[in-house]
Amino acid sequence: MTDITSAETAVSITVDGKKVTAKPGELLIDACERNGTYIPRFCHHSRMQPVGMCRMCLVEIDTGRGPALQPSCMIECSNEMVVDTQSKKTIKAQEGVLEFLLINHPLDCPICDKGGECPLQDQTMAFGPGESRFIEEKRTYRKPIPVNENVFLDRERCVLCDRCTRFADQVAGDSLIHFIDRGNKTQVNTYPDQPFSSYFSGNTVQICPVGALTAAPFRFKARPWDLTEVESTSTFDSVGNRISVQESRDRVLRFTGVDSDSVNWGWLTDKERFIFEAYSNENRLSGPLTTNEVAEGSQKHAVATSWSEAYEKFVKAINETTPERIAVIGGSRLTNEAQYIWSKIAKGIIGTDNVDAQLDDGFSPEVLLSLNPSTIDKTCKPGGVIILLGADPKEELGALYLRLRHAILQDQCKLIELTPTKTGLSQLATHSIRVPPGKTLEAVKALSGEPSELEDDILKELTKVQKIIKNNDSISVLLGRTSLAETSSIVEEGAIKLQEYLPKASFLPLLRRGNINGAIDMGLSPGLLPGRCDLEEGSDKLQNYWPTCPTHKGFKTKEMFEAATDGQIDVLILLAADPIMDFPDSQLVQEALDRIETVIAVDIFATDSVLQADIVLAAATATEIEGSFTNLEGRISPIRKSVTPPGTARPDWMIALDLVQYLVPNLGPSTFKELCEEISLVSGIHKDFDFSKVEQIDKEGVVLNRGKNKTQTSLIKIPKQKANSFRLVVTRSMYDKGVLSAHSSALKGLAPGSRIKANPKDMEKLGITSDSTVRLIGLKGEIQTRLTPDPETTRGTIHALWNQDGPDIRKLIDSSLPVNDLKIEKI
Amino acid sequence: MVESSLQTGYVKHAPGFVENEGPKLITSRFKHADSFTLDKYLSTGGYEGLKSSLNRSPGQVHDEVREASLLGRGGAGFPAGIKWGFPPEGVWPRYLVVNGDESEIGTYKDRLLMERDPHQLIEGVLIACYALGLSQAFLYVRGEMALAQERIALALDEAYEAGYIGKNILDTKFSVDVVMHWGAGAYIVGEETALIESLEGKRGMPRLKPPYFPAAIGLYGKPTIVNNVETLSNLPWILNNGASAYKGFGSESSPGTRMFAISGHVKRPGVYEVEHGVTTFRELFYGDNFCRGIRDDNELKMFIPGGGSAPWFFQEQLDLPLEASAVGAAGSMLGSGAMVVMDETTDAVKACLSVVRFFARESCGKCSPCREGTTWEEKILQRILDGDGRPSDIDLLLDIGDNISPGPYPAAAFSDEGLDAVPFPPSQTTICPLGPSSVAPIVSAIRRFRNEFDSLITRRDPIPLSLEVEKVVT
Repeated sequence: MTDITSAETAVSITVDGKKVTAKPGELLIDACERNGTYIPRFCHHSRMQPVGMCRMCLVEIDTGRGPALQPSCMIECSNEMVVDTQSKKTIKAQEGVLEFLLINHPLDCPICDKGGECPLQDQTMAFGPGESRFIEEKRTYRKPIPVNENVFLDRERCVLCDRCTRFADQVAGDSLIHFIDRGNKTQVNTYPDQPFSSYFSGNTVQICPVGALTAAPFRFKARPWDLTEVESTSTFDSVGNRISVQESRDRVLRFTGVDSDSVNWGWLTDKERFIFEAYSNENRLSGPLTTNEVAEGSQKHAVATSWSEAYEKFVKAINETTPERIAVIGGSRLTNEAQYIWSKIAKGIIGTDNVDAQLDDGFSPEVLLSLNPSTIDKTCKPGGVIILLGADPKEELGALYLRLRHAILQDQCKLIELTPTKTGLSQLATHSIRVPPGKTLEAVKALSGEPSELEDDILKELTKVQKIIKNNDSISVLLGRTSLAETSSIVEEGAIKLQEYLPKASFLPLLRRGNINGAIDMGLSPGLLPGRCDLEEGSDKLQNYWPTCPTHKGFKTKEMFEAATDGQIDVLILLAADPIMDFPDSQLVQEALDRIETVIAVDIFATDSVLQADIVLAAATATEIEGSFTNLEGRISPIRKSVTPPGTARPDWMIALDLVQYLVPNLGPSTFKELCEEISLVSGIHKDFDFSKVEQIDKEGVVLNRGKNKTQTSLIKIPKQKANSFRLVVTRSMYDKGVLSAHSSALKGLAPGSRIKANPKDMEKLGITSDSTVRLIGLKGEIQTRLTPDPETTRGTIHALWNQDGPDIRKLIDSSLPVNDLKIEKI
Repeated sequence: MVESSLQTGYVKHAPGFVENEGPKLITSRFKHADSFTLDKYLSTGGYEGLKSSLNRSPGQVHDEVREASLLGRGGAGFPAGIKWGFPPEGVWPRYLVVNGDESEIGTYKDRLLMERDPHQLIEGVLIACYALGLSQAFLYVRGEMALAQERIALALDEAYEAGYIGKNILDTKFSVDVVMHWGAGAYIVGEETALIESLEGKRGMPRLKPPYFPAAIGLYGKPTIVNNVETLSNLPWILNNGASAYKGFGSESSPGTRMFAISGHVKRPGVYEVEHGVTTFRELFYGDNFCRGIRDDNELKMFIPGGGSAPWFFQEQLDLPLEASAVGAAGSMLGSGAMVVMDETTDAVKACLSVVRFFARESCGKCSPCREGTTWEEKILQRILDGDGRPSDIDLLLDIGDNISPGPYPAAAFSDEGLDAVPFPPSQTTICPLGPSSVAPIVSAIRRFRNEFDSLITRRDPIPLSLEVEKVVT
């Protein structure tokens, strides 16, 4: 916002007698604010289209035809415009509007959640007439009505600024709240029996200029002036939204979005917004646990222990085996700093390369590192083409979805979807093409003009896409998993081919899990060392800091579990990972965990996997630690401490530094500052970055300049689908059974439940209806379920949502297969 | 629905039209019971204007209309020929929208035109489309006008069948589709940008101008010409008889005829087609050819010269000509041509409340000053009428008005009281003029009949002896 426009295009206007420069097309209200003159407003919001509804921003504007009162939120600056924000007429009009807004507004500020941070309150003090002349009876409505599970609407307080309704319509695309009735009885409401079920409903609470919209998790919890706030980063998904964490009496009470130009524009998904409830849940792990030596029966029995005892047990377990029999899984929840030090423990001290932060639901880092990097801004460049190769941004990375939606609707971006299932963006796509599961590479081949085995109607559409691509020099690819029931190679190969065909295209990986990009940067991946270098090139730099370094590339998560079932793994360290819940092939995990001698878990909740651990180290979570976060663009932003962890739970980096001392006494780093310095010294991509001053980064963060490796993967053979078989497509939805959602009262219960869908034509052919129970038979297991007919589901496929209540879809997934084809049997 | 009126015989015409002496350009068919049928229309010279247009180039037709100085009849009185020239070059498609959402207090002329001569309107639409090169027109009819909707639907069916609308009209290359749409009964949708919003399927709320001048950014974001029903109904006559013949009627600045709807305390209320700019209010209210005087030969107290939004006129203004500019300079507007006459028995405060209540209920709720202000005004007026007025309420009413419409509000001159006229239009803090319209009756009534307010306010004993409990409950 601070850049002054170039002299040729700048517009000169006079505000209260002072000459200032405005950008062409800039709204007057914004130009004035940028130049230090605040014009009061309620309906204006810089991230939404102006509506001119509240009339609060009326000022006298003279464009050569004499001064006239006009709403500054609707007027674009033009040359020689003269604005008077202090004239008698302006002041009278503004006082008049405020009086109008207040006549029916209840004066319940003492019990209103907004009191203390209320734009209506503040602007009444600054711009209001001081007292009301209204002696009639005020308009009353029933006190708050729920518009959905988490948001309450108090219509009495509403000043009808159209912010929430515009947000729902323009930004989120869920226009489920609207004005009803008219005149003095105009009110915001939902349609009868249709709640405002939007993934983004919490944003309306944040932008409400009065206390009309309140969110259940914060209602009546604290007064705004009692809150202490720090600016931090949401670690929930990999977009890395900027948030403000607000705490009172050592308890986090609210997250609000911070407007970062290059990331989230102030928006958050409800999941990110309300997830803090889980952090203060009483079921958090508050101290280290170990299994009782004298176990009763075969059941493991966890008991509280001391940190030193837990550490000693950890070291003992490590020392009793050899490095290649130790595996580390997880780490995407950790801060960059903690990731580095865990990477050092695993690879530099223990000496194992069996380290993987991804649970077979992401991509191979070699492929990711060989693709042209991109940023959200670059992807959303006005007029560009966006190719979606998988994953539904609306379900997986909500804030990114909002940016993409804006790019398509407002900035003339064209979206090309090459996915097996419909996504939240399909309606807006220029071409939404259903590529059969497993055929991503074929689709890309067809795009680049090579022969392809796809069906004719798809090929026809792809020819149209070709034309669009040819005529555009800004092409970005969104790279996500099309299905969790297939190997990542399917999309990876498509991406590699696409890069060959379009060398200028840039790629944004939609790895979803929190700080997964930081984890890859820090070397929490087989074959990689901090700074994204491979084992050979990296080891020189590390010589002085790491006692040892693995020489051979280790196992990926899937391979670790496979090795474990063969008895090749003795110790498994889970860094905030819950493979029982998150790894696609749950049976493989269970078999592996049963055979592994010692499972060590560092986590914040007793997840299903943690319950099977022998040593549990209780960790602190994002609101309780200082550190930094790397988002999917490679943008580093700070994570700030707001409250203290429960019990003796400690930050991951602290646990790791302690362990370093237990494993190799006197090996550095021993303080956080030393840790930060060491990262900059050993990691090439972080060499210009000072982790100890991360809190000084502004809200835009710093994008790492990450080079590109030249690595390719070998082609994988996708078996032809047999007749009468159905290919399984498993995608994620915003709400699932995840452990954090389950511990947040606002979020639990929002999961849609298992909906296993099939094309109605397929169902007809098999003679099954939505009422008939069928057996779905995979190679490894089978489930009994009912099928939901859905014409959007591609023929020959079964589409299911990941991690929902109902039949366990993971029983059907065999991760050793590139794709999973099912048989359907009627019962 | 279309067939029902045919099977049961013609539905009785809605009352309102008064047949009198004088030139009849657009109401010539009103006297026939079957005036709305295609047969009758054709037998009385129907669709000749269209044929004559198709023999000329679109530019020539546009020139003819421009030459006729046909003024818009929706209220603003802007020349139609000039409005047609506004769409920015090279932006297509463009649309024609017919504003048939007539709902101003006292106005019912368009309704008669739609009910009694729908083909004339359709022909006007076709001529306009031809002149402007359009192929899509929308007819927006007010929600409550069931008969008009029925007859327009019937007329459209007939015209489509007879080849006057549709592909290759009368075997030329000219093709137009006309779609009828009806509203859900909101006064504000008479405002053209709100009408467009409603037509797009949204809530009828005005858009802010700029940037949304419909001629530049209108329906579906495309250039859109919005014309009134009466304006378009004039086109067949103009194209049949030529601009110069049209200018033979009316005054130089306001050629042709206009339809005026007169209601209230006159002996013969109704809709009259009157030569534009020549006749005076006095002639209209008292002339034998027109309303024939005030009921019971009472004195005229006040009259609304151009719909509920217009400031009131009084005896002093009776000799003004029926011409937009003269009425505007005198502090009011001729607007949509709806006049409400009130005689000496009328209670000014009640009349004022009646008009204000209309605007309070019809406010769309978008702009705070209108949404909150009009209801506040209504409540104060009601309180004054109930005998609970305070002396400060009069100033309060005027100041609320000033906050909706800053600066001196348009008002008539009172020579005997030494008050000058404040010319129309008013300024506004709102997007559209609905809010300021509610100020008109208040300023008019207080300026002229302050004594009536005062007597209501001071009627009661200064200290009430008992509380009226029921009133508190309501």
